[in-house]
Amino acid sequence: MLNFPTKKLVSVGIFLFAVFIGIPLMISLTGRWDFYFTLTSVALLAIASAGVWLTFYIGRINIGQGAFALIGAYVSAILVVKVGWSFWVSLPLAGLFAALVAVLIGLPILRLRGVYFAMITLVLTQVVTLTALALPITNGARGISSIPLPSGVTLFGISLISDFGDMENTKLAFYITACILMVATYATLYRLVNSRLGHLCRSMQQNEDLASSIGVNIAHIRIVIFAISSFFGGIGGAVFGSIAQSVYPSSFQVVDSVNFMLNCFLGGLGYVFGPMLGTLVLYFGWDLLYELGKYQMLIYSAILIAVIRFLPNGLLSVRLSKGGRK
Amino acid sequence: MSTILQIKNVTKKYGGLIANNDISFDVAENEILSVIGPNGAGKSTLFKMISSFTPVTSGEVIYRGEKISNLKPHIVARKGIVRTFQETTIFKSMTVRQSVVVAQHLKAKASLAGYFWGSRTAKKDVIAFERYADELLEFLGMSEISDELANNLPQGSLRALGVAIGLATDPKILLLDEPFAGMNHDETMNMVDLVRSVRDERGVTVMLVEHDMPAVMTISDRIVVLNFGEKIAEGKPSEIQSNEKVIEAYLGSVDDEIGM
Repeated sequence: MLNFPTKKLVSVGIFLFAVFIGIPLMISLTGRWDFYFTLTSVALLAIASAGVWLTFYIGRINIGQGAFALIGAYVSAILVVKVGWSFWVSLPLAGLFAALVAVLIGLPILRLRGVYFAMITLVLTQVVTLTALALPITNGARGISSIPLPSGVTLFGISLISDFGDMENTKLAFYITACILMVATYATLYRLVNSRLGHLCRSMQQNEDLASSIGVNIAHIRIVIFAISSFFGGIGGAVFGSIAQSVYPSSFQVVDSVNFMLNCFLGGLGYVFGPMLGTLVLYFGWDLLYELGKYQMLIYSAILIAVIRFLPNGLLSVRLSKGGRK
Repeated sequence: MSTILQIKNVTKKYGGLIANNDISFDVAENEILSVIGPNGAGKSTLFKMISSFTPVTSGEVIYRGEKISNLKPHIVARKGIVRTFQETTIFKSMTVRQSVVVAQHLKAKASLAGYFWGSRTAKKDVIAFERYADELLEFLGMSEISDELANNLPQGSLRALGVAIGLATDPKILLLDEPFAGMNHDETMNMVDLVRSVRDERGVTVMLVEHDMPAVMTISDRIVVLNFGEKIAEGKPSEIQSNEKVIEAYLGSVDDEIGM
């Protein structure tokens, strides 16, 4: 099944080595421990962006991923703080709950196309924020704070994951957790896109009428994809909440949703790993421009516009055009 | 020949506008039946109702004794009634071969999860799809362009690709919406041959909507004529050619000409 070309296998190997060994090594050598937090954030944002990318893949512009990240963060926080479950149990449940909400919301709104769908998703983040402010279980504006760190996991007496609270270096633990989740997300995404479901998505993206005339149940696939997309959003949000040890209605805002979408644009909508690169560049790009003070936003926006103008297929298209097709 | 499709008193209204009014006719198995009529006669609307892309206002469409009107388009497609499109509606950024492979997805034996994990059934499916795609493209004389992106194809090949995508689903009835539009004489004649061989060698019943009269007269076993949403004639090409109502619809009656 995994008969990848050697070249791909090698680049995946290099990537995994860099993420799990190279970067931790560099950080311990240079002593820049703050980088862990930055890179963990990038990994988690990349997970949520992967979901947005998937909705692009069925031809829908999704500016509502912040809503599902917020839902995931709250579900996990509530399960850990109020129900007392382990974070590791709450994590998949947070994803599943976000997916469930996506199905309920998606049923009516996924009929819309183009800018109409985008407009509705833009509102979603605000709706979830307001809901979190209003519901008693989410503690309104006070949010949920002092969430305990993830507890250990033991299976048949063997400790699989040790208690984050006992660790000296929780930053590294969170970094590794986020990276494992990110790798799993993108491996899933890659398989999905290259399997039959991916081909059906492509047929829908290119022509929904023709897709349904060859018997594709487009409504069904749209819902499935939107649910998977939101699952990723929920997972990303849940880990974020656990790292920050708190969730507030403003933890994810409309601007975050817009960023998730920009990550996809920037990296390239045609490439599975586009959103990962896009997240990295966008996140670091913003920080690097910090020196510019009040011009930060101006320069940043100008660069973004230039990229979208001159590289409409995203940053990854540069690499491909240099190496020729395929 | 037995009846495969029955159109029974089908009416379509868009608000106050009547696009199709009380249309009835039967389609026999393995025939080529053309629906013709002046612009706005309701031909395309009729096709859309047969393929359930739009619901009927009243009446019904019956396929082998089973009512198929007002279902979802993908369900009708799964029953074997597949339409092609008037515009050059294709999967633009797929190659010809990829399009034909995707179009076979109804035949998949493995589940979507099976494809995700790469199960053995899924791998067999993929091999079978690719083999059939090659076979079909050879049958349609498209082997040479099988790796071309659909976006780069000339008009004539695009129509053929539309037919290939339709055929890949193994339809029982293929609905062709203006298959000859925008083609020159040679391309049209190629397409006529192709549609005939689809019927003769693959046993597919073909219905088509078309404006190109010489092509229609050559290819059709029977013709149904619509005018202003009403069926005004039905019969063999020779009968249609000499039918007064049809001539009137196309050329206008003498009274119309002088405004009396």
